[in-house]
Amino acid sequence: MQFDSTQLIPVLPEISLLTLACVVLVVDLYIREEQRILTYAITQIGLILTLGVTIAVSMPAEQILFDGSYIRDPMSDLLKMAILVISFLAFLYAKDYLRDRGLFKGEFYTLGLFAVLGMMVMTSANSFLTIYLGLELLALCLYALVAFDRESPRGAEAAMKYFVLGALASGMLLYGISMIYGAAGTLQFDELAAVVKKGDLNQLVMIFGVVFLVIGLAFKLGAVPFHMWVPDIYHGAPTPVTLLIGSAPKIAAFALTMRILVDGLSELHGGWEGWQGMLIILAVLSMGIGNLIAIAQANIKRMLGYSTISHVGFILLGILAGTQEGYTAAMFYTLVYALMSAGGFGIVIALSRKGFEAENLEDYKGLNQRNPWFAGMMLLLMFSMAGVPPTVGFFAKLFVLDAVVSVDLTWLALVGVFFSIIGAFYYIRIVKLMYFDQPSDETPLTIGVDTQVALSLNGLAMLFFGLFPAGLLSLCSSAIGT
Amino acid sequence: MIADWPILSLTVWIPIIGGFMVLASGDREANATKWTALIISILTFIVSLPLWFAFDSSTSAMQFVERVPWVPAFDVEYYMGVDGISMPLIILTTFITPLVVIAGWEVIKYRPSQYMASFLIMEGVMVGVFSALDAMLFYVYWEAMLIPMFLIIGIWGGANRVYATIKFFLYTFLGSVFMLVALIYMYFQSGNFDILGFHTLKLGLTEQILIFIAFLLAFAVKVPMWPVHTWLPDAHVEAPTGGSVILAAIMLKIGGYGFLRFSLPITPDASHTLDWLIIGMSLIAVVYIGFVALIQQDMKKLIAYSSIAHMGFVTLGFFIVFIISQNNAGSGAALGVQGGMVQMVSHGFISAALFLCVGVLYDRLHSREIKDYGGVVNTMPVFGAFMVFFAMANAGLPGTSGFVGEFMVILASFRADFWYAFLAATTLIIGAAYTLWMVKRVIFGEVTNEGVAALEDMNHREYIVLGTLAAAVLLLGLWPAPLVEVMDASVNNLLQHIAVSKL
Repeated sequence: MQFDSTQLIPVLPEISLLTLACVVLVVDLYIREEQRILTYAITQIGLILTLGVTIAVSMPAEQILFDGSYIRDPMSDLLKMAILVISFLAFLYAKDYLRDRGLFKGEFYTLGLFAVLGMMVMTSANSFLTIYLGLELLALCLYALVAFDRESPRGAEAAMKYFVLGALASGMLLYGISMIYGAAGTLQFDELAAVVKKGDLNQLVMIFGVVFLVIGLAFKLGAVPFHMWVPDIYHGAPTPVTLLIGSAPKIAAFALTMRILVDGLSELHGGWEGWQGMLIILAVLSMGIGNLIAIAQANIKRMLGYSTISHVGFILLGILAGTQEGYTAAMFYTLVYALMSAGGFGIVIALSRKGFEAENLEDYKGLNQRNPWFAGMMLLLMFSMAGVPPTVGFFAKLFVLDAVVSVDLTWLALVGVFFSIIGAFYYIRIVKLMYFDQPSDETPLTIGVDTQVALSLNGLAMLFFGLFPAGLLSLCSSAIGT
Repeated sequence: MIADWPILSLTVWIPIIGGFMVLASGDREANATKWTALIISILTFIVSLPLWFAFDSSTSAMQFVERVPWVPAFDVEYYMGVDGISMPLIILTTFITPLVVIAGWEVIKYRPSQYMASFLIMEGVMVGVFSALDAMLFYVYWEAMLIPMFLIIGIWGGANRVYATIKFFLYTFLGSVFMLVALIYMYFQSGNFDILGFHTLKLGLTEQILIFIAFLLAFAVKVPMWPVHTWLPDAHVEAPTGGSVILAAIMLKIGGYGFLRFSLPITPDASHTLDWLIIGMSLIAVVYIGFVALIQQDMKKLIAYSSIAHMGFVTLGFFIVFIISQNNAGSGAALGVQGGMVQMVSHGFISAALFLCVGVLYDRLHSREIKDYGGVVNTMPVFGAFMVFFAMANAGLPGTSGFVGEFMVILASFRADFWYAFLAATTLIIGAAYTLWMVKRVIFGEVTNEGVAALEDMNHREYIVLGTLAAAVLLLGLWPAPLVEVMDASVNNLLQHIAVSKL
């Protein structure tokens, strides 16, 4: 193995984040309870530094390193930046919540940072082994985080479920990987693509491998029928952890799908025999079941869980189109979704206080009377999730629909818009509760200044990107390489 | 040169940005907020006036055009312009909004800043709908309209407002998403979202019929046409007065406008093939909904059903043209479309005025039931005069604007088929029956209860609002020529365009 220090430059973001996580781990041992804010500060500053490093090492050309197991390309750069920004928001929203509940511990930040590292490794993986490494790093941290509130039986139950189902999914993925390795003789995505293109391999084993891979991916994405864990975990985990699970990891899961299916197996895309057909089934089921069941939820975290499932369906629509435009659209959708999800859970956190979780839909009643500004922000987020212009959620859906129609799958676009009408109902129900009902709880909201600023920016971003979607879109399309 | 100014952008963005300013100013200085809202709405009206005065009615080309790229990757442009069809509707919008602001002056006690802001934002977005020449821009405006209206009905509406507003939202959302898919489909046929480009796009008959149905779902819900009209009575009854006014006066026109801008020119052959469907639905609206209006106990519901019947005339006028041109009846076709357009503008004035009249009564007695009134003219003589005048206009009395549009459409229908004209003309009887019967029960007769006995006549604010509308109704009724002239070139161009088959 040839090795020289210049090879380390593209990996600097990961190195910097790993260093940061270790620093947090050590520093946190030596500070007192009331100085915990220091841990938080180091974490956030470190994330910003890592973001800076990521921007500094980004460039248009792609670099493949470490015997082909690691790749740095425009897609990984953009996704890493997004992951870092969203994680920054997640830690920011989480701070007050954790402090109020005696959960303000260094482990949250250590585990969180290792999870972020896992996501970054996933986005930059160029072989099945690297991607599995990143995935397990992420998953292990999240298992622990779900059970972070030791007192909460629901958290423990959720963590158990998450662990068992996650392990099952990893098993499926590994099984698929082993079959593909058996057929193609390589674990590297670029080599795999070349081998598949040549076509000189056992098709049956390949197809079986792809099926297991897609099942594993569907588990990780939370697509129907492998979605069972999503609502339970979203509901059971402490809200900041739900925020952590529900936002940035979706970007990583998108990267996972793109790396495996597009970088590695794009030759096996076509029609019902390839992965396109499997994704069609997953996407239609996800949009349908996610939206329908979300209507019946009385708990907002569960509702947002099912809403995630339906959004995953839309993201899959973009990927299954199999064109550069489709990947761009799916990426745009993923980034926008992560931002919406962060904002949505951010509001849930902001409305909660010590001894009270704003988890039920009733808790949103009359928010416009209690705090018109944040009611307005939630309104923007909800309309954006429903895909109503002029919010950015509309453009996310539009681009995906465009991509699907362009490959003559107009019927899928019709299915998509049909389910988004059903979806609109439960989003506007939140708006209805906030604006049309009388508050049942008059306690004034106490939201820290930093959270106020971040939430406001997060909500207004829905409007901003809705009015000016071109910038973000061209970032995505240059990341995909059009 | 005034035509070089971005007048359309100003007309769209002054009220929207002003609306956000009003929103930000909050409710501490409620009076200042209301004055700001009024000034912004009047300013918008003044800014929009050059559209009328600097308009060149000799051409059917788009005027006041603004065109810059918006989302280059998907060829979406910020492309706006007006012709003789959209321009009068924009003026109608900017004309009605200040009246709505004044009408809500004292009545709205809960968060007036949000109320005023919703109407201002709504105004900008509706002007945008009428002026958009890029299909995606149109769709963005079209959907964005839903958000303020959803809030207006839901926050300031009556007892059953939540049901009404969610029904309104989902109904219109359902109608429009299929249009979205049709627009995306055409994008891939033509390479951009230019609506005028869609007009010349070659499409096969099956494609046209599918696209036509997608458009029909969107526009028929908005108009609303029978049988997808059921959201309208609910929304109207529950909406606050201002909301009803905007709904009836402008939002319904957006459906009619959609037929002229999209359905007819983009899918002329499908429109021709399916004209029987639209004509049938229109005639059912005129006759059947007229009878439904007759039995209403609630004044707002009655006016709402009357709106559906009157909008039936509009769609009838638009789609009768195919039969007329088959009969080679010459200029009759233009009469149908122009009649429909005049009817839209006229109905904008009259329905707004009637809803405001009901609002005047409702603010005093908090009831919309006809049976709670009677003999109002004894205590409110000036109001009585206005209400009778607008009721007459609604029934199509010659000399008022209500007559002009109906007359033109009936005349056009005669050139198509006697029986169409016969059925359409029944509205003159049914319309008179339900409107005048309501007036009789509410305004005339003995004072029936103490509430009515204690009524006070209109204040200055109401006087200004209703007086302005009465002047508009009379002006358009006595001298409709300027309106007809303004749209003449565009309508003729449209008719020439749809006379040529795309197949």
